Amino acid sequence: MTASTDLPVATAIDDILDSLAGQPGALLPILHAIQARFGHVSSEHVPVIAKAMNLSRAEVHGVISFYHHFRAHPAGRHIVQVCRAEACQAVHGERTEEHARTCLGIDFGGTTADGQFSLEPVFCLGNCAAGPSVMIDETLYGRVSPERLDELLQDWRSRP
Amino acid sequence: MTHRIFISRDASALALGADETAVALQVAARARGLDAAITRVGSRGMVWLEPLVEIENGQGQRIAYGPVSAAQVPELVSADLFNGAPHRLRLGRVEDLPWFARQERLTFARVGLIDPVSLEDYRAHGGYEGLRNALGMASAAIVQEVIDSGLRGRGGAAFPTGIKWKTVLEQPAAQKYVVCNADEGDSGTFSERMLMEGDPFSLIEGMTIAGIAVGATQGYLYVRSEYPHAIRTLREALAIARAREFLGEDLCGSGRTFHLELRVGAGAYICGEETSLLESLEGKRGEVRYRPPLPAIKGLFGQPTVINNGTSLASVPVILQRGAAYHRDFGMGRSRGTMPIQLAGNVLRGGLIEKAFGVTLRELLYDFGGGSLSGRPIRAVQVGGPLGAYMPESQFDTPLDYEAFAAVGAMVGHGGIVVFDDTVDMARMARYAMEFCAVESCGKCTPCRIGSTRGVEVIDRILRGEQRAVNLAQLEQLCETMQHGSLCGLGGMTPFPVMSAVKHFATDFARER
Repeated sequence: MTASTDLPVATAIDDILDSLAGQPGALLPILHAIQARFGHVSSEHVPVIAKAMNLSRAEVHGVISFYHHFRAHPAGRHIVQVCRAEACQAVHGERTEEHARTCLGIDFGGTTADGQFSLEPVFCLGNCAAGPSVMIDETLYGRVSPERLDELLQDWRSRP
Repeated sequence: MTHRIFISRDASALALGADETAVALQVAARARGLDAAITRVGSRGMVWLEPLVEIENGQGQRIAYGPVSAAQVPELVSADLFNGAPHRLRLGRVEDLPWFARQERLTFARVGLIDPVSLEDYRAHGGYEGLRNALGMASAAIVQEVIDSGLRGRGGAAFPTGIKWKTVLEQPAAQKYVVCNADEGDSGTFSERMLMEGDPFSLIEGMTIAGIAVGATQGYLYVRSEYPHAIRTLREALAIARAREFLGEDLCGSGRTFHLELRVGAGAYICGEETSLLESLEGKRGEVRYRPPLPAIKGLFGQPTVINNGTSLASVPVILQRGAAYHRDFGMGRSRGTMPIQLAGNVLRGGLIEKAFGVTLRELLYDFGGGSLSGRPIRAVQVGGPLGAYMPESQFDTPLDYEAFAAVGAMVGHGGIVVFDDTVDMARMARYAMEFCAVESCGKCTPCRIGSTRGVEVIDRILRGEQRAVNLAQLEQLCETMQHGSLCGLGGMTPFPVMSAVKHFATDFARER
């Protein structure tokens, strides 16, 4: 999920702002583009965005902090989202949830010490007839038992 | 001879290994020197049979096998799968399966059948005939057709779609907008995702018709970030529609204009609430607006705006294609047409069923769903998402109808049905409903922001057995405040799952833990 930064940060941000700031209601598209590029929207980005959008820093920060998707700090190499919603609970998704926390040794919102995985709760991935559901980066998995989660994490850990 | 094979690219099919199965089939075909052309389609809706593989036979019929894992492919190929040979996984034609044959597919007619990003496939199956008709009609006549069809908002509120359009049409404004609310955040619902991934042009066509009906030249399609597959498919379809002049300055050479842009949400459930979604589109925190003014009068950027759920918009092309009466003749009472119903959770045969209103919950759960996945008795179902009531077995004969559901204190909502077996702890589910509201509250009004947190605390006291009667009374009072004092449906409807659990499953709140 974390993208490399070849260009100096300032240039990359300017490019994003130049291409998107003109459209109506541009702030979410801009934040998405910055997060896709840098993996998060850091506090250093905030004043630059605010200036380009003619907003206060508080307004930009307010938007970033409102939406669960935007992160202010870097995440692990892969983001593991475990569904906590009703349809997954109906097929004992809480066991998968609990197992994710135990085997990764972190709580929701945390990142493993080796920087491999960040663990996040998600409220519905739209895979409700095949739960429990887990998404790793943008790959969706269905019927994820605790054992299946072990296999998946093993697989993702060994990816280059 | 080329063997034509159809495998889904729907997210749920991929989650169950459809890509791996497709690769294994291609490899097996090559190894035998066979020419296999694999088309990736949407899902037929039979999620329990995914990955579903359909093979076209000599008569142009598709013979289905499922569920086919990649590991089973060599065995199936040896059994002559490519020629539709018998096998224990052979299902025959999907159209002949009782689960499928008993449905009425209007909005989902093409889903699972066509290549979702082939405009040729879409048009060969009646696509863009509705728009062609609409382009030859006066705006008021298009709106009247939608009113006459009896279509009501499929997102939950069930407001008549045509009336909403009429209001926007009647507003004098230089700029109007059409917004598609595809922020399908309710647990147990995935019909919109399946539409976007399986038949994206139907949604684009529906929005375009809405645009010319009300005089809007700009549309926004707001999709949740949790749906990366739908986003990819929509991007492909939008690029094709623009290149082929089904979007843009000169729609199909008519001189009419409609631009459509995709916007991605950012993980806020509340943005499914229409005014919050408009705030989000404007680049702000997704905080709910006071109403009035209605979005139809003062919506996006302060302009008159049609904002409809994606399933509602995708239901429009068939109305303009085949006429209002065709749609109206399905259904019961004031619930006209069909509803995409999603069977989810602990159910044996989960998936998407499109059926005329009037089907009972029991038919859906047992005839279609086959009972629970665990084989245990079904104890409760939650219909209509996290804000829908929990319904006990005694209500399973309720017909799917907006008014009939309202009469028993429940709601049809977005048509999602989450099934729970008898291991469910309903006091825990009530607690979860409050917890979810606390996490997702936009914070603008106090009953929702504070009430939900207090709700969790009160239920925790009940779970610990502290002064149960006192705390249950307090919970009821709190729910009443939230229901009547909240600005929108999140705080206003969280009491439904909570109080229905208390009412119908009282023993779960009374037992020692």
